Amino acid sequence: MTDQDTAVADVNGLDWDYSPAPERTRPEIASTYGLFIDGVFQPAQDERTFVTTNPATGARLARVAQAGAADVDLAMQAAKNAARPWARLSGRQRGKYLFRLARRIQECARELAVLETMDGGKPIKESRDVDLPLVAAHFFYHAGWADKLEWAFQGRPVKPHGVCGQIIPWNFPLLMAAWKLAPALACGNTVVLKPAETTPLTALHLAQLLQEIDLPPGVVNIVTGDGETGAAVAAHPALSKLAFTGSTEVGKALMRQTASRDIPLTLELGGKSPHIIFADAAMEQAIEGVVNGIWFNQGHVCCAGSRLLVEESILEPFVAALRDRMAQLRVGDPLDKNTDIGAINSREQLERIRTLVRLGQEEGAILHDVQTGPLPGKGWWFPPCFFTGVQPSHVVAREEIFGPVLSVMSFRTPEEAIRRANSTPYGLAAGIWTDKGSKIFDMAQRLEAGVVWCNTYNQFDPASPFGGVKESGFGREGGLHGLRAYVRGVDR
Amino acid sequence: MSRLEVVKTGKLWIGGSWPRSESGRTFTVEAPDGSVHSRCALASRKDARDAVEAARAGWSSWSGATALLRAQILYRAAEMMESRADEFVSALTLEPSLKPASARKEVGASVDRLVTFAGWCDKYQQVLGCQNPVTGPYHNFTIPQSVGIVAVLAPPTPSLLGLVTMVATAAVPGNAVVAVAPRQAALVAVLLGEVLAVSDIPDGAINLLTGDVRELLEPLASHREVQVVLGAGLSKGQRTSLREVAAQGVRRVHALPWKQDDWLEDHLVAAPWQLERVLDFKTLWHPCAV
Amino acid sequence: MHHPVDAVMLSQRAASFTRRSLKADAKRTALRLAVSMVDLTTLEGADSPECARALCRRAIHPCPEPVTPAVPPVAAVCVYPRLVPVVREGLLGSAVKVASVSTAFPSGQSPLELRVQETAAAVAAGADEIDMVISRGAFLAGRLDDIRTEVMEVQDACQGAHLKIILETGELGTPDNIRRCADLVIDAATERGELRDGSVFVKTSTGKVSPAATMPSVLLLLESVRAHFRSTGLRLGVKPAGGIRKSKAALHLLVMVRETVGPDWLQPSLFRIGASSLLDDLVRQILWTSRGQYAAMHDVGVT
Repeated sequence: MTDQDTAVADVNGLDWDYSPAPERTRPEIASTYGLFIDGVFQPAQDERTFVTTNPATGARLARVAQAGAADVDLAMQAAKNAARPWARLSGRQRGKYLFRLARRIQECARELAVLETMDGGKPIKESRDVDLPLVAAHFFYHAGWADKLEWAFQGRPVKPHGVCGQIIPWNFPLLMAAWKLAPALACGNTVVLKPAETTPLTALHLAQLLQEIDLPPGVVNIVTGDGETGAAVAAHPALSKLAFTGSTEVGKALMRQTASRDIPLTLELGGKSPHIIFADAAMEQAIEGVVNGIWFNQGHVCCAGSRLLVEESILEPFVAALRDRMAQLRVGDPLDKNTDIGAINSREQLERIRTLVRLGQEEGAILHDVQTGPLPGKGWWFPPCFFTGVQPSHVVAREEIFGPVLSVMSFRTPEEAIRRANSTPYGLAAGIWTDKGSKIFDMAQRLEAGVVWCNTYNQFDPASPFGGVKESGFGREGGLHGLRAYVRGVDR
Repeated sequence: MSRLEVVKTGKLWIGGSWPRSESGRTFTVEAPDGSVHSRCALASRKDARDAVEAARAGWSSWSGATALLRAQILYRAAEMMESRADEFVSALTLEPSLKPASARKEVGASVDRLVTFAGWCDKYQQVLGCQNPVTGPYHNFTIPQSVGIVAVLAPPTPSLLGLVTMVATAAVPGNAVVAVAPRQAALVAVLLGEVLAVSDIPDGAINLLTGDVRELLEPLASHREVQVVLGAGLSKGQRTSLREVAAQGVRRVHALPWKQDDWLEDHLVAAPWQLERVLDFKTLWHPCAV
Repeated sequence: MHHPVDAVMLSQRAASFTRRSLKADAKRTALRLAVSMVDLTTLEGADSPECARALCRRAIHPCPEPVTPAVPPVAAVCVYPRLVPVVREGLLGSAVKVASVSTAFPSGQSPLELRVQETAAAVAAGADEIDMVISRGAFLAGRLDDIRTEVMEVQDACQGAHLKIILETGELGTPDNIRRCADLVIDAATERGELRDGSVFVKTSTGKVSPAATMPSVLLLLESVRAHFRSTGLRLGVKPAGGIRKSKAALHLLVMVRETVGPDWLQPSLFRIGASSLLDDLVRQILWTSRGQYAAMHDVGVT
């Protein structure tokens, strides 16, 4: 046997797979983190803390202060004291702080991306290529508005609200902080921000950057903790605006809690967004759209396209192609650069996903999953999957799962597609795939949703308003329309 | 012997028809001298429900109409109102504190308000919508759209101008309206219904109930088909319970804080951003490439 | 059936393959795999028989020094018909195939009967594989039957030699056209059935037109081939060619193949890379992974 023959035998593409490609950057993680109040980090007054872990390993990352009502009060007072000088600062000065912040974020983007992945479980590919670039872009975009507000609201003199309470979720921790902070600060408000309990670290590292750029103390205060902390923020008398992103259930509770006060709210809540595929769609790309729609960020996305409506004539090949494509997704170590689907954010969320999937099977829907190889032994994992044979009345077709689980249904006519798509209490986003322009405009107009992605899905941009209708909430974030939530007309 | 006058019973206007309250209840409208001027229907929870059902049907025709047609219909309403101005003035002056001159001014302002809002029908889209410069090969734009059904809780005063302003605000973007006029505004509400009824507004697009906000607030705000509640002249307690009820369905509640004279301020009340309370912004993305 | 393409998502998907990170064993294997798929090509007017002979030696022994694991030979040497006899001789006794461009390459602008004759002559001279061009003008003008006819007649002239059909994607204008054209030539070439896996390839470009083998255009061909496989079970080959000079680009292609049509296609009988200088870079990278030093261009055999 010659050398050449051996070589030919050695090169076998069938067995070729990607080797581990771990991200090597390691951010500095402190053992404990305090609350960020009035420009300094400080422990909770009762010295309570909680532990934040890496959902991919179960390992403890740090201890974080648990803010009680007294701490929230301090933060609110700091924000209130800072409100007047901050609002009186010229728009250009305020804008320059935000520009500075955008630059600082770009400079430490990789560390923040790794930290986001470690604390939340999302693949480094996403935190690096999606979350962090968008975070920086959000501050950059809104920085430029700060000195142009009088042209943003033509004919209407406006002022900031004062102190904004902002409560954010765990699925895009730093990005949601950016969505909330950037417009609030650009418009001259001060903020008390409450990150999610399972993902407090990137917000606290952001606080370090706020110190570094010399943002005046009290303009941004960050109080970490659980639902109690959020409730204390919402209940505080100094509050003049409340913005919340999270579950519909908590959104309703916050509405009730603030019912007696004339405080403007922005609520960005749950969804069960329809994703409609017509037979005349660009099929190969529609498959990618569906993948991006439901399996981006483990399906921990409020606007996930979790109800797939496929025109009946192509249902079978579409489902087969989707199954093939799903098999390509790589589930595992979120810090591996080739991982497509990372860890489920928490044990609670994993239990919820499991429960709903079990219910789906019990109700008679057919589960399709793929052999993705062994999942890591530790941490919280759920492989991507989808259901067929789903009836609109099934739990998996109605309830937000917030996991990598898709429900596939079919339709025959555009009318039926619209009817099925709108038959939900939610109304956050919707997707349409068709090669026919007139059909797109007709469908887009009739879909009850705040965002309609046509021949694409899950696109985000600081200049593009995002938000829902019906039980998915109200108010917009991003773009000119997002600014409106952070000013009040001085004419009442 | 003088001629015996025919007294009109004020009825509800639901789905283009004029039913009495299903409850059979009425209330009395007094003349300035304390005598009975007439009786109006006292709307019940079920009337509110029926009105929302009618509005559901009205919404599809009203929101489906072209912006130009909605503008022409609202302008027609202004024409019809102007021609019945005297009737409105007499109805308003049943309230002893309202002098005829003030009443005439309010009627004029109400007609003008309709004219202003008629003009907004095909313009607010350009003022409030926009194209967004996203990073990437996408055409991205934000358009205002009607929300569906808007419940209006009109103020006791200014009874006509308040009701006209709020109904027109809600109707401009193509929403269907279920408006509640309190007892003090009942007579002008009936007259307004008669004006609108001959202005080519599709059946159910606007529905007018007379009665007590206290009673109708909960059934309207909790109705799953109602997307937005627009109220004025509400007490703190009413605002609180309205928001509590609306929380069940994450419905938007807007309590207008305007005082008597504010309603005359076109710059405030007829400004395009007032329409934002009763419309939704929808953002569309589409790839841009061959 | 018409398969519309959305250009934006197509590009995004194609770019996603370039984000895969290949380390250690994955990279070592991929570099050798890529070598085994190279159609080592020279299509210059100045090509001499001596050049062709040198090319054959490089094709059989791409690596100038022994490394472990060994470097396989390339898949084929691709030349103009005139040099086919020289290459035939130079590759004698090896597994490397003789490939010849044909059909008035690169423009295809001559009468069909001449193109058919040229193909028959190349096969008679010993070509195992024929790389034909299609009449892009006819396609763009909507004369699709002309394309069907020329594909089928050239295929007949191949007498069993494998056929690679060059679309010249850079001249087709839109992704929609590329996909439609790929579907069309596949349909024509498979119309009479009786084909074995890999006996027909679709190929992006001649290398004489830019853009050539872009990631999106290769993805379109892979998707067309996949659709054919899904409906018939027959595996057709895909060959990107033109502008692929760096190992990185070749590795991106392998990732795309793996994740689009699957690892079954990761063999020279179903996937080729048409290139001339790519082999030099692949060998340099192989030397780097094996001895930990960057090789100079003169370290890797110059032809």
